[in-house]
Amino acid sequence: MIHLIKMAFRDLGRNRRRSFFSALALGMGLSLLLLMASVIEGEVRSSMDLSIKLQSGHLQVRSLTYDEDKHSLAHEDLVADPESVAAQVASLEPVQAASPRLYASGIITVGEETAGVNLLGIDPDSDTNAPYRDGIVSGQYLSADDREGVLIGSTLAANLGLSAGDDISVMVNTANGDVDEQPFTIRGTYATGSPFYDESTLIMPLAKAQTITQAEGYASTIFVLLKDQDQADAVSAALKSSQYEVLTYRQMNALLSQIQGMSNGYMIVLYLIVLGITATVIINTLIMSVFERTREIGILAAMGMRPGRIMAMFFAESTLLTAGGIGIGLVLGGLLVMYASKVGFYIGKFGIEGMLLSDRIYARLTIESAIALIITAFVVSLLAALYPALLAARLEPVDALHSGN
Amino acid sequence: MEVAKIDNVTRVYQVGQVETQALRGVSLTIENGEFTALVGPSGSGKTTLLQLIGCLDQPTSGKVYVNGKDVSALNRNQRADMRRGTIGFIFQFFALIPTLTAYENVEMPLLLNGKSPAERRERVNHMLEAVDLLDHSHHRPDQLSGGQQQRVAIARALVTQPSLILADEPTANLDTPNGKQVMETMVRLNQETGVTFVFATHDPRVIQYARRVVTLRDGMIVSDGPNAGQFVLEKATAD
Repeated sequence: MIHLIKMAFRDLGRNRRRSFFSALALGMGLSLLLLMASVIEGEVRSSMDLSIKLQSGHLQVRSLTYDEDKHSLAHEDLVADPESVAAQVASLEPVQAASPRLYASGIITVGEETAGVNLLGIDPDSDTNAPYRDGIVSGQYLSADDREGVLIGSTLAANLGLSAGDDISVMVNTANGDVDEQPFTIRGTYATGSPFYDESTLIMPLAKAQTITQAEGYASTIFVLLKDQDQADAVSAALKSSQYEVLTYRQMNALLSQIQGMSNGYMIVLYLIVLGITATVIINTLIMSVFERTREIGILAAMGMRPGRIMAMFFAESTLLTAGGIGIGLVLGGLLVMYASKVGFYIGKFGIEGMLLSDRIYARLTIESAIALIITAFVVSLLAALYPALLAARLEPVDALHSGN
Repeated sequence: MEVAKIDNVTRVYQVGQVETQALRGVSLTIENGEFTALVGPSGSGKTTLLQLIGCLDQPTSGKVYVNGKDVSALNRNQRADMRRGTIGFIFQFFALIPTLTAYENVEMPLLLNGKSPAERRERVNHMLEAVDLLDHSHHRPDQLSGGQQQRVAIARALVTQPSLILADEPTANLDTPNGKQVMETMVRLNQETGVTFVFATHDPRVIQYARRVVTLRDGMIVSDGPNAGQFVLEKATAD
């Protein structure tokens, strides 16, 4: 085997430039695929992280009849005595933090300008709301007893020409179906990394949100963060009751999971297309090699080399070319991924309901993706060697010996 | 004891619509230890006969026996196994693998036969010494002269200790001194090892080394008998 590899290495060395460019073609294809896989992985992972951080948490405890699309405020659709429920949830060992949240639909009015918003009532002191506290870009964060202050997303503030200290009027739906409107002062502006979210969400303390929506003593949901997200199903099962519905982040981000599944499928197709193209380069290189070395194949056959071993010789060459290509691909791809994971790609304001995207996508390469890609490249390249290897093995020794005469 | 026996063999090549009869009912027996020349003009069937004896080709009709075994209908793997264990080849062109050193070229048949590293080392060095090229063992073919390359090919053909060496125009691409050296090496190894040599040639300077000369013309044996050039053999041995 070692001799086979040694021979293959020297055979590839006969035409170093051709062998190098064949390996380079594979390397470039592989590096592009590594970049694409890492960008898609980074995009999906970042979207999931943003959603968990801002929208879904790892778990949510809701009333059985709550409809998040309607931001229902009817008392029967809400969680009663939410602080007590949140405290019970937070007492579980795997839970990092839990706090009530109240959602409502509203409209901001500033002079002649209006904008529809999602009103979010939060407990400012809870760790679940750290992203807003840490994301303050101007002004200050809220205090729990603030009755007139709100936080506004930096994108929305920019759209409406608002800044910390400005006054706005907020109109909201209430639990009894009426509409209430009250003046508020912007305490600060925040940025979460998702321009879409920052354009559509107005935050106020939970107590004030309950008051203005006439939902005192109620919350839309208990927002739960876990120490380990893999515990979501176990904790969900532990919290299961006839009174509440417990949803995991996977259930709440079904669209994202579907997109992740679809993107995995697309990536496999893309792998096969790109690697298929690079495989043709390897096929071409090996066929050239068979034609150039036909007489040598005849000599080896005359010495008693079996057709299977002649095939193995070409598979060894393909393996070395592939190993070289993978080496080049890992270096090139590693540099591209490193750049894309540090600097990222700016995509601007983009997002849809159920899927938050950061304004910048950062690549994220998982070991699993890299290994899957390397194995696919190896298998495709070995398959590419099949035809040239068969061509060599099927040569009649007599014909091969007299080739070139 | 016969090493090879050809029994009423024909070989017809079909090239497009044209049929070429390379051998027409040839029968021949090669005894152990012979140093035999197949002679005749181009197209007389010398090379075809060597290829059939060497299990590189199969007859259209008739039987070919090597070491008493019928090799006429063996499959590709069986023929490869037969060649690997029994037959050594020397070709007109200097048939060395250009990426391997002289040592590695000679070692190759032993690798194919699965010999141990120690045995390979001993036999390769012995054969390179026998062809007087031990000090060139790490040279690649392009660093050797034509005669040296052909002597490496002789060492490679003999290294597995086969019962039969087949040489097709072994000196055709060599000048007279190198051709002489190659032939004398073959004669010496025939005498020292007792291995059977059958070589095809149409060069009178080479024919005179043979002890037996088989003459072919138009695919048929037209004469078969001892060679008058025996003195050359004796001279080579004496040297």
